[in-house]
Amino acid sequence: MEILFFLFGAIAVVAALNVILQRNPIYSAIGLIVTLCSLAGLFLTLSAQFIAAIQIIVYAGAIMVLFVFTIMLLNVRSEESKVDRQKFLRWLAVPLFLALLGEVYYVVRTVNNPPLQIPATGAAPPAEILGTVESIGREMFTSYLLPFEATSVLILMAIVGAMLLARREKEVDAAKRQAPTAEPEEETVAIGPGH
Amino acid sequence: MIPLSWYLALSAVIFTIGVVGVVVQRNVIALFMCVELMLNAVNLTLVAFSRYFVNPTGQLFVFIVMAVAAAEAAVGLAIIISLFRSRETLNIDEADLLKL
Repeated sequence: MEILFFLFGAIAVVAALNVILQRNPIYSAIGLIVTLCSLAGLFLTLSAQFIAAIQIIVYAGAIMVLFVFTIMLLNVRSEESKVDRQKFLRWLAVPLFLALLGEVYYVVRTVNNPPLQIPATGAAPPAEILGTVESIGREMFTSYLLPFEATSVLILMAIVGAMLLARREKEVDAAKRQAPTAEPEEETVAIGPGH
Repeated sequence: MIPLSWYLALSAVIFTIGVVGVVVQRNVIALFMCVELMLNAVNLTLVAFSRYFVNPTGQLFVFIVMAVAAAEAAVGLAIIISLFRSRETLNIDEADLLKL
């Protein structure tokens, strides 16, 4: 068990560092996929089978495909390293970091909460059935039905919003419809509403 | 059994990496991926607490967080595409129209 924890934890941390250190976003995306998969492994060590499967299917499958698709669509080259415009911030960083660290230290030293009582296993249902589809589904469709329905409405709103944001401008469409004989050469880049 | 604090420490490390990424990245897509990293660190915390308190509610939270993350990714990437159409760049420093 400890071996699995350290294995997946190390992979997750290294891949997460890879996400922020890579220049090319496609390599960042690959690092993120590796992080998500190793987090799914960690969920399995926590006996959350359903969440682990959903993590692979929804996150590493659907969401990351969306990311990679966008990266490919926008044809991003490795970001050009421009000069930093705010050089003075670099000298401000260390004092601010030390101040924040001191603040955290003060809070940790002064706030004195009693330790949480972790219930002994066996009082509650056994941990093996904790993460099954049955136990999660029972909770979801009894106690948490309202948040579930709210989530579906949220997804609907997100779909409508994404379609509204990503479509072409109306004038361009109208112009194309007005002159159908014009060659259907695309990518007269639509000007966003900001201009 | 692995102590709860190990999972919390790992989650804190991943969350911190995500925060650092949001601060240092300039590419808006990579920045967005760092936000996903932070969401996943929180998911790990929720699942760990759910396991140690033997209560499936935490895993339900994770489910809902994932749904919100999917919605966020769809809308955010649409915003990025729209930004790229109007600005021809993905550098976050170029999108400063609202700055005073």
